[in-house]
Amino acid sequence: MSDPLLAVSDLVVDFQTRAGNARVLDHITLSVNEGEILGIVGESGCGKSMTALSIMGLIPDPPGKITSGSIKLSGQELVGMGVDDLCKIRGKDIGMIFQEPMTSLNPVFTVGEQIAESVRLHEGVSAKAAQARAVDMLEAVEIPEAAARANAYPYQLSGGMRQRVMIAMALACRPRVLIADEPTTALDTTVQAQIFDLLQNLQDEMGTAIIMITHDMGAIAELADNVAVMYAGSIVEMGKVDNVLSHPDHTYTKGLIACVPHLSSSPGPVRERLMEIEGVVPALTDLGKGCAFAPRCNAVLPRCSSDKPVLLATQENHLAACWAAEAEMAE
Amino acid sequence: MSEINTQIKDVTNIQATSSLREMTTMFFRNYAAVAGLILLITILLFVFAGPWLHTTDPFEMVWAPFTMPMQEGFILGTDYLGRDILSAMMAGGQVSLAIGLAAALVSVTIGVSVGAFAGYYGGLVEELLMRFTEFFQVLPTLLFSMVIVALFGASLLTVTLAIGVVSWTAVARVTRSEFLRIREMEYVAAARSGSARDLYLIFKVILPNALPPIVVQANLMVGSAILFEAALSFLGLSDPNVMSWGQVIGSNRPYILDAGFAVAIPGFAIFLTVLAISLVGDGLNDALNPKLRQR
Repeated sequence: MSDPLLAVSDLVVDFQTRAGNARVLDHITLSVNEGEILGIVGESGCGKSMTALSIMGLIPDPPGKITSGSIKLSGQELVGMGVDDLCKIRGKDIGMIFQEPMTSLNPVFTVGEQIAESVRLHEGVSAKAAQARAVDMLEAVEIPEAAARANAYPYQLSGGMRQRVMIAMALACRPRVLIADEPTTALDTTVQAQIFDLLQNLQDEMGTAIIMITHDMGAIAELADNVAVMYAGSIVEMGKVDNVLSHPDHTYTKGLIACVPHLSSSPGPVRERLMEIEGVVPALTDLGKGCAFAPRCNAVLPRCSSDKPVLLATQENHLAACWAAEAEMAE
Repeated sequence: MSEINTQIKDVTNIQATSSLREMTTMFFRNYAAVAGLILLITILLFVFAGPWLHTTDPFEMVWAPFTMPMQEGFILGTDYLGRDILSAMMAGGQVSLAIGLAAALVSVTIGVSVGAFAGYYGGLVEELLMRFTEFFQVLPTLLFSMVIVALFGASLLTVTLAIGVVSWTAVARVTRSEFLRIREMEYVAAARSGSARDLYLIFKVILPNALPPIVVQANLMVGSAILFEAALSFLGLSDPNVMSWGQVIGSNRPYILDAGFAVAIPGFAIFLTVLAISLVGDGLNDALNPKLRQR
């Protein structure tokens, strides 16, 4: 097997806060190959967006700092790279889509100008060629009347349109890796489906690797090849998406999947209660030495509060960091 | 289908103009601002088109000194050297307005640069730049500009620079606060992820969004610069070879008890101009402030 396109290994990110040192990312290891979609799921505050920002080299410093680990883009180390070199990679080789299409576009420029600008910055083409590319990109993300819409200001477009523009902007330089940080959280369901379709189509066409950060388990099931489940700054389960979703090993993953509400086929008078995982994500400043999920876990073992579980292969192409799963396997 | 498309186009066109139209509407809803605008246009016409109709040289002695207004054919009378005050008002207005604009430009340039870098970088840079700004803020401005003019000689250039150098602090503070707010916006993070460098972010991403309050501030600066110039001229610290409103006041000052009109007329002109500019500034504030726009 050749080197993965993007490989993050043993990445540790610390934040110095008033309450003490917070380990936001704790030995994260993941990788994506060309043409693959990796989904990252987890509750808010578990480090999904931090993973994305560290890959882009955009961790706010101070207070954040990459303490150790490496991020390699086709063998090239990104951690510790100078700003100038990093700028050549950002936007060009790695593109990023943000969560809030409403506020992620600059309100005082037309969308065409904004896309053209990023092309011009990276490829040094003429303003005219860049503008033409902007219109092409708007067509590629299926915006009707692309040539006219290129002259629209962000406030004149709907949320879904704006997210399409964001995608066009991120893909304008044909990056090899696209990081989508909750690209559909702010959109309504039908638009979400359209955006996911669009991402899938574009990926088929361009062969871009996508890291998709989302809360939406359905989208993960539909789109992703691999999935990583994060909890309190660590990856707790990782593997092929079908396998992880159908046979989850970690109690947290089981809980997450159970929390997805489903439309009942025969709506009866008695409604099912929605599942929830009791409790909240612990503060990152005082994680005990055991499993971070132990206080909320319903299959907790004595060893869970004293030893931190490590990622172990529980099934083929499937890793989980859970003592209960390991104990089950040993039986 | 094509019908629908043209409709869509129409909608887009309407929307594209609506922002500007909305601003104009807001501006014209403020009656005081409209009055100010009319006054300002009248003053500009008087100052720049007037000399075509009234061709008397402002420096030439044309009649006996201190001829009262409306006598001997002199609408505004003559000054202590028997020069026509009407001509002086026109020529002096050109200079006063020009100095006002140029000095405002100087102070906006300095203020925006200092405020932008302080607000964008934060930390030590901000600390140093803002302490530097405060140093200028605590200096008595008129005294400081007098020192500059006294040191470097009274010419149009030094007077303009002196006014600009003492009045940029307000612009710097406004710019800094806007930058502090806007640099946290997501589109700035998005631009950064598209590999924009610092200077690009400062001048092409954040500054265009920070402009409205800066424009208002700059507009008010023109008015205060005119006042400043008048104050310096009154004290005799302006170019004696150039006519300006302040200069007319300053040179007729010793005779204020005998011929008050020679001092009152340019004073009134300054008052009207600064008032007009302030009213327009107030209207601009309404027009550019999106929070007020929704009312």
